[in-house]
Amino acid sequence: MEIYQADIVIVGAGGAGLRAAIAAAQADPNLKIALISKVYPMRSHTVAAEGGSAGVRQAHDSFDYHFNDTVSGGDWLCEQDVVEYFVKQCPEEMVQMEHWGCPWSRKADGQINVRAFGGMKIERTWFAADKTGFHMLHTLFQTSLQFPSIKRFDEYFCADLLVEDGRVEGVLAIEIASGECTLIAAGAVVMATGGAARVFRENTNGGIVTGDGMALAFRHGVPLRDMEFVQYHPTCMPRTGLLFTEACRGEGGFLINKDGYRYLQDYGLGPAEDQPRNKFMELGPRDRLSQAFWHEQQKGRTFEGPLGSVVHLDLRHLGAALLRERLPQIYELAEDFLGVDPAKEPIPVRPAVHYTMGGIEVDGRCAAPLPGLFAAGECSSVGIHGANRLGSNSLAELCVFGKVAGLEAMAFARNHAPVEGARLEKQALASEQKLRAMLLKEDGTERMAVLRTEMAETMEQGCGIFRQHDSMLATCDKLAELKQRFKNLRIEDKSSVWNSDWLLAIELGYQLDVAEAMAHSALNRKESRGAHQRLDGFEQRDDQNYLQHSLASYQADAAPNISYGAVKITKSQPAVRAYGAAGVAAEQEPAHD
Amino acid sequence: MTEQTIVIEVMRYRPEQDQEPWPQRFTVPYSDDMSVLQGLQYIKDYLDESLSFRWSCRMAICGSCGMMVDGIPKLACKTFLRDYPGQVRIEALHHFPIERDLVVVLDDFMEKLERIQPYIIPKEPRALSEGEHLQTPAQLDLYAQFSSCINCLLCYAACPQYGLNSDFLGPGAIALLHRYNQDSRDGASQLRMQLIGAEEGVFNCTAVGYCSEVCPKQVDPANAVNLNKTQSAKDYFLRFVKPKGSCQ
Repeated sequence: MEIYQADIVIVGAGGAGLRAAIAAAQADPNLKIALISKVYPMRSHTVAAEGGSAGVRQAHDSFDYHFNDTVSGGDWLCEQDVVEYFVKQCPEEMVQMEHWGCPWSRKADGQINVRAFGGMKIERTWFAADKTGFHMLHTLFQTSLQFPSIKRFDEYFCADLLVEDGRVEGVLAIEIASGECTLIAAGAVVMATGGAARVFRENTNGGIVTGDGMALAFRHGVPLRDMEFVQYHPTCMPRTGLLFTEACRGEGGFLINKDGYRYLQDYGLGPAEDQPRNKFMELGPRDRLSQAFWHEQQKGRTFEGPLGSVVHLDLRHLGAALLRERLPQIYELAEDFLGVDPAKEPIPVRPAVHYTMGGIEVDGRCAAPLPGLFAAGECSSVGIHGANRLGSNSLAELCVFGKVAGLEAMAFARNHAPVEGARLEKQALASEQKLRAMLLKEDGTERMAVLRTEMAETMEQGCGIFRQHDSMLATCDKLAELKQRFKNLRIEDKSSVWNSDWLLAIELGYQLDVAEAMAHSALNRKESRGAHQRLDGFEQRDDQNYLQHSLASYQADAAPNISYGAVKITKSQPAVRAYGAAGVAAEQEPAHD
Repeated sequence: MTEQTIVIEVMRYRPEQDQEPWPQRFTVPYSDDMSVLQGLQYIKDYLDESLSFRWSCRMAICGSCGMMVDGIPKLACKTFLRDYPGQVRIEALHHFPIERDLVVVLDDFMEKLERIQPYIIPKEPRALSEGEHLQTPAQLDLYAQFSSCINCLLCYAACPQYGLNSDFLGPGAIALLHRYNQDSRDGASQLRMQLIGAEEGVFNCTAVGYCSEVCPKQVDPANAVNLNKTQSAKDYFLRFVKPKGSCQ
């Protein structure tokens, strides 16, 4: 087996992984940084983020406002000390991106412009047209090329974590081009593998977003926190789930039902006004907007067509020129994929699964409870999103906590020299043997696409926008069944070079574990909060019993164990979460504890 | 919806078994909204699991799924089966070594990307505490289009010159080089211009312009190449009239 000795290894080369690598490389040029990714870095799913990245920018905005929006947006399930740190770091990180060349959209005087986003009191979303994630990713990747200490392992698939004496000491990776395994030994490991929304059927995510890092940490005893909170983005393309950014509404787009009515005013988000108003109507948070769609569908007020139920995202009044300037990609997607000219016709949209609020449990410095393991970005639960993420907080998170994770991993590795690869080799070989056994199994009968489809369907049925006990239980049972059938998987392709069949099978294993954590966490949370909404007698938020993080712990050959952990409250006591006129009224009420 | 089918002919190449690429035909049911990528996914899921190809975002921004569709370089995710009545032929991107099936070896482009130093080398150091550089929309416009390159490599598959001589930096890398040279924050254009004028630089280009035609993001790399031909020629003559190291 090939052995590579690094000081730190970063798994995933999207926004968080690249930011971590650059932070560590800048802090200590002598550090050997291994950056492994199952795709070339510029393919990472950060690339698909559209609308923008948060950071206080204007004189009439404040860190407190960003903090309050984030914590109330998360329905008070946020780690408030971490949110405080986060909002203070965001502007500097966005300026850092500017210094590295990110083509932020500008005002006429050359200053950086910001736009409105859902659930944000003041405009503070930095943007590069509607390709913000694309530009941030390419800026980070291209910037990283100047650091010789970053040794990239492009198209290496992380297949296991190596843990000895209660500490992470490296990873096992498959070189996709050859099918050979490499052991990368390191003093610390940073997981930056992104989310897991591909476990659902209709989703906005790229094919690579399969929860790899979450599953690996989970299997090695690290709890996955708050996994029941899965975000439906309200404006996606029917069937494919492709995303139409929230910036469509930030720029002034309307959501209209089949009666031509701006229905959000019926769901505590009004009154409807012609001009976009922060935290009103279309600028409400994603969970509320997706829930409103569901209600409209129940009432028979959505359009029904060959692509299923949809509402209309109406951008016509913004005019072709503004759309081309601010939302060029949306324009292109609507034209190419739907044959719709958004300057002339409304775009049919519906909610689709977009983001996993939960993830690998880490503290405010990105350290997991397993020594030597760090995590950043969507795969982690550092505590800023709570029960519902606000749009534009996740790109900022990649930068703020990617940097923290890189620096903390470096500090940890300095005090914990990497062990000799040879010592780890036995463990790595055992792990490799299991993977090869799955590949070479001759008597399997289950077909991968069937299992994957059944998983995605049951997740949608049990863990959708609204949930109830019976359907969640059915999903839990179905996932248990799928995990059994997975053991009987047949992999047709037995070859070595670029065997994507084998890698997809390993990914499906990751997905089933992550899906189980989601479904069981959901089943156990007997309240409604943020993106977790129940219809079966638990329609209200229950701070008495559930102002707590869920913690799903892996159990081999059994359902995950669900326990709960405290939420850090510093300065914002849980209160009524309201938007629109009701939100204004709530804000004016005297604070109480 | 009526069930329509299409024959998708895929050039297969599995280096452990095949001497050279060979065509395999699949009959695939499809609807009008289905992309070529979805057709390939159908094949992999239900007809032949051993077919390998790269893909991810499905929305023409990650740049993974470049391939030849009826001989033309395309992104499979935004090319639709309805536009190929009856039959369509898919093969790996031209001008690159094939790793397997529709997967090509990217090493050459990755090396070139690194060589053009695609990052801001600041004119003068600026601390974060000093805030952002000012950059007007007009200054942004000078490079914005070239910063939209998604590295899908369709332009390399289209470039006859790259096909003949892979030392040529090629359209994508030159567009990105130009992107940094045009950025008001950058101070290293002279450094990068050495690559432009070098043997592997812009003068390889025979001005076919096919690279810009196939570009799925309207980057117009041919324009970047042409602008640099002019610039490089100017630099060449300026060398004789200005002392070394002087500024423009």
